[in-house]
Amino acid sequence: MSAEDLLEKIKVIIREEESVEGADVEKDAAIATEGLSVSYNGRLAVEGVNLKFRSNTITAIIGPSGCGKSTVLRSLNRMNDLVPGARVTGKVLFRGVDIYSKDVDPVFIRSRIGMVFQRPNPFPMSVFDNVAFGLRVNGFKLTKDEMKKRVQEALIKAALWDEVKDRLDAHAYSLSGGQQQRLCIARALAVEPEVLLLDEPTVSLDPISTSKIERLLVAIKHDYTIIIVTHNMQQAARVSDYTAVMMTDENLVGRVTEFGPTKEIFTSPKDQRTEAYISGRVS
Amino acid sequence: MGDQILIRDQVDRRRSDLKRWLDRIVPVVLSVGVFFGVTVLAALVVDVVLEGSHRLSLNLITNYPSANPAEAGMRSAILGTIATVGLSAVICIPLSIASAIYLIEYAAGKRWAEVLRYNIANLAGVPSVVFGVVGLGFLVYGLGVGRSVLAGAFTLAILTLPYVTVTCVEAIKTVPEDLKFGAYALGATRFQVVRSIILPRALPMMLTGGILGISRAIGEAAPILVISGLLFIREDPTSLFDRFTVMPLQLFNWISRPQPAFRELSAAGIIVLLLILLALNSLVIYMRYRLYRRLEAT
Ligand SMILES: Nc1ncnc2c1ncn2[C@@H]1O[C@H](COP(=O)(O)OP(=O)(O)OP(=O)(O)O)[C@@H](O)[C@H]1O
Ligand SMILES: [Mg+2]
Repeated sequence: MSAEDLLEKIKVIIREEESVEGADVEKDAAIATEGLSVSYNGRLAVEGVNLKFRSNTITAIIGPSGCGKSTVLRSLNRMNDLVPGARVTGKVLFRGVDIYSKDVDPVFIRSRIGMVFQRPNPFPMSVFDNVAFGLRVNGFKLTKDEMKKRVQEALIKAALWDEVKDRLDAHAYSLSGGQQQRLCIARALAVEPEVLLLDEPTVSLDPISTSKIERLLVAIKHDYTIIIVTHNMQQAARVSDYTAVMMTDENLVGRVTEFGPTKEIFTSPKDQRTEAYISGRVS
Repeated sequence: MGDQILIRDQVDRRRSDLKRWLDRIVPVVLSVGVFFGVTVLAALVVDVVLEGSHRLSLNLITNYPSANPAEAGMRSAILGTIATVGLSAVICIPLSIASAIYLIEYAAGKRWAEVLRYNIANLAGVPSVVFGVVGLGFLVYGLGVGRSVLAGAFTLAILTLPYVTVTCVEAIKTVPEDLKFGAYALGATRFQVVRSIILPRALPMMLTGGILGISRAIGEAAPILVISGLLFIREDPTSLFDRFTVMPLQLFNWISRPQPAFRELSAAGIIVLLLILLALNSLVIYMRYRLYRRLEAT
């Protein structure tokens, strides 16, 4: 290997180090993307995303509307497979394995990497059956009592148990919007995923429900790796340990412009556009 | 500046004049259309009832056709209709549901699936006699099943398949994407999503489409005339390979006879046919009512 090649290689390594703030993130990433790009019907939506999501932390993804936050999130558990016209290139490493390699079953990936959506979407069935749904479809062989226990644990983690313990048989649609969203979180937690993805989980909710969800996320983060997309800068600042900022270029292609510990991003953003974006919204 | 406002006012007023005029004329035009349809239908029903009601009797249902109008009944035709249409529903409805699920859930987004879907919709507009000719060539002669109940049932099934498939596709589309994604995100397979999320919500509407398809099959005369050819049968169909006739063909036979008594008989037969269709359509309305009640509750 010539000296020039070596120099080039080191430069690349340094550049990669720079793009990911903090060496500790590097060390124990539960999930990481390498050169992730997504296009819809041949139109590039997101390009060159390199992110490392550290275990047992909350990472927020923020950025203006249409910059590709949801697109990146859906790529992390292969939900983009279900979107007609979507094409993902690059790697998403989960436990060091590229989830887009041929022998990986997307159905298995989705049971290990849970997802909560922007609008609460409980199934049209009872509260109990909603939480049990994931256990049933994943073929957990549980006795009735074990099932009850798992459902209860999930509802407790989702800070919903006290409100629904007397009406587990009630229809899920009889719950309030905030309760429905926590039910969706419980539903995702019941299958004991390692990673939890949340796409603007509180936009349709009132401040009290929002703060309940924020607090429960912080409370459970030690058992999971949480990635939350949000429009709300205060929310990112309140709950997250790390923050990724995404912006679109003049061709409307989304890129990560900044990534690092939340405190650093909010106090001393390096990128001018990030700074403008953050200060424009926070103050 | 002031002029401009004035002009805009005038334009606005003129536009709103036109709108008001349209608002008044459109319901009139539409109600004329409804009135026309309802009157023609009512006139037909009244005419048939006046002519045929006194010939309604149990004999009409239990007797075989006969050259003597006083004894003639449509037993073999009623049984033939029940056998062919019933069997065709058993073939058509599951097949339609399966194709719709495949097209929407499994082949989603594939160009050829789209092409297929539009062509199925086009098939729904093909004249029914064409299906009869296909059935005759393919089933009766090609596969050698003869002019049998089986050939009739398959022909009716193929005839109603496009329409029922289209309604099943529409039914699946009423299931919110949110719910499907929610289930997929929990690690559900396609089959599990179909079974536990899509079918429970779409099935009532699918069955509604199926029953409407059956209603259409009951009224079909042309393709059965091609397949069966027979108008006069004095035997019950007892096996799939028996020859058969159906109610519209029996009526057609009676109408074309010169004696007035047969005309009355056919009017009575039409009343029976209409009652059966009415019962089926009531079932559809009831099911739809149940469906909406359930969706409202959720
Ligand atoms: N299903 C789809 N089909 C085609 N294009 C899509 C699809 N989903 C997203 N896009 C495009 O990809 C780009 C990124 O969209 P995405 O939904 O990921 O943005 P976002 O950052 O989540 O926005 P928001 O904050 O409004 O939710 C947009 O230009 C959007 O038009
Ligand atoms: Mg989004």
